Amino acid sequence: MLLSVEDVQRIATLARIAVPERDIDRIAGELQAIFGLIEQMQAVDTRGVEPMAHAQDVVLRLRPDAVSESDRREQFQAVAASVEAGLYLVPKVIE
Amino acid sequence: MINASLTELAAALAGKKISSAELTGLFLERAQAANPRLNCFITLDPERTLAQARAADARLAAGKGAPLTGIPVAHKDIFCASGWLTTCGSRMLSNFVSPYDAHVIERFNAAGAVILGKTNMDEFAMGSSNENSYYGPVRNPWDAGAVPGGSSGGSAAAVAARLTPAATGTDTGGSIRQPAALCGVSGIKPTYGLVSRYGMIAYASSLDQGGPIARSAADLAVLLNAMVGFDARDSTSLERAPEDCTRALEHSLDGLRIGLPREFFGEGLSADVARAVDEAIASLRTLGCRVVEVSLPNTRLSIPAYYVLAPAEASSNLARYDGVRYGYRTAQYDDLLDMYMKSRAEGFGAEVRRRILMGTYVLSHGYYDAYYLQAQKIRRLIARDFAAAFERCDLIAGPTSPSVAFNLGARAQDPVQMYLSDIYTIGVNLAGLPGLSIPCGFGEGGRPVGLQLIGNYFGESRMLNAAHRYQQATDWHLRQPDGEARP
Repeated sequence: MLLSVEDVQRIATLARIAVPERDIDRIAGELQAIFGLIEQMQAVDTRGVEPMAHAQDVVLRLRPDAVSESDRREQFQAVAASVEAGLYLVPKVIE
Repeated sequence: MINASLTELAAALAGKKISSAELTGLFLERAQAANPRLNCFITLDPERTLAQARAADARLAAGKGAPLTGIPVAHKDIFCASGWLTTCGSRMLSNFVSPYDAHVIERFNAAGAVILGKTNMDEFAMGSSNENSYYGPVRNPWDAGAVPGGSSGGSAAAVAARLTPAATGTDTGGSIRQPAALCGVSGIKPTYGLVSRYGMIAYASSLDQGGPIARSAADLAVLLNAMVGFDARDSTSLERAPEDCTRALEHSLDGLRIGLPREFFGEGLSADVARAVDEAIASLRTLGCRVVEVSLPNTRLSIPAYYVLAPAEASSNLARYDGVRYGYRTAQYDDLLDMYMKSRAEGFGAEVRRRILMGTYVLSHGYYDAYYLQAQKIRRLIARDFAAAFERCDLIAGPTSPSVAFNLGARAQDPVQMYLSDIYTIGVNLAGLPGLSIPCGFGEGGRPVGLQLIGNYFGESRMLNAAHRYQQATDWHLRQPDGEARP
């Protein structure tokens, strides 16, 4: 596998991380080296092996449909970058 | 007092030989004095800490003390603590004062323990050297030119330098055990699901597990008793009857079967570490353990599988940092997308950005089966290897890390080399097993070596029992770095 400049730009956009033009080659090279390590996995025959997502076989618990949290909006919004009238402010998205 | 065990400290507090305010003040002074040199703490807040100590004194005076009441404990800056700056070692959270407590913090508060401060760490727990912190690297108390390990580097170094009697850490691929080994202290990663992840900032949720770092196995047992417990707010928290981890500490090791995985003693293991670990195993034999050889044939594959699964989970977990509800927001932006992209580019450091990009790639259209699904299947193979080994032994022993602490900067430019140093610890996280590290000697440059003990699921008491008996027979855990010996 070879990571192209376009691949890095596509991933960076998906991940919502701005990558300056001048860094793309370096990042592609670093990811390439790491994927060289990861490629070792491809040689392993895993036919018939059940994928393992978690160490313990837990099932999601059910709980009574009751109010468990109190309203702490002011405290939670105190750590936001921009708030007005109880709302989070972001740049306009709909014209 | 700085070398007293937690049990001795509890007795001194209960017997009014010292107050929590005095004890806490002593450690606070040491932490403040050492921080310019070692950089163990991101936040010290003496006023808040001493207020908690005075409250503990009132509780003790009322005869309502518990085993940890009045004892200062430092917390890795990954645990949200109400009113405390909680940064996770990142610029992204450099302005985040937590409005709530993690379950682990609630448990320590309920026990009456005092929050000594918040310790430095690799950003979002991604790293093995503590060089990835926005707040600068932590230095190893044994040698200021060496890394303390990571990601819980600040916690391990603070315990080693006697800046705190105990600390918390988290372990996703070795982040409690490896820094404990490199700093010459004891640390345990419990079975996945025993310690609630609520309020513990997420890196890779199916692997992350909190645990204590302290100076002895006996202290770890006391701390674990406080940390373990069911919590409905963590969907993977296990509902189990409470267990006293101190109850088996003194048991005999007669006939205990110790498995040595041949893959842990081959190529890549430094000679100085091998020597110290071999001697430790000889000591365990003297204590009555029987040694059997076992095999974990897929050990080599644990690193590639981890570096698919952990970044994939991280890319999803860290999607929440968008500069809207909390955390860093860039100063200049044109529109919403530009705000997201710049906030995340500036708020995250290089290693975090790298792992998010890796994770995004392996989860992207067309690559899922080849990477993510294949890694999950290899994860199963690794768990099966451990299950087969535990049919032949009670505990697995080996090195925690292939070498002693490396020099600051030595591996910082080569992520692949850095990743390979976690070869003996990662498999334990993938399988969800408990693992601990205790000091077992010194290697090159007088730097500490760690012995790793791996248990079967819920085998914590047995592991701590073996570690405690080893520590009764040896004195490696009592050694302390020269420069930090002053009382």
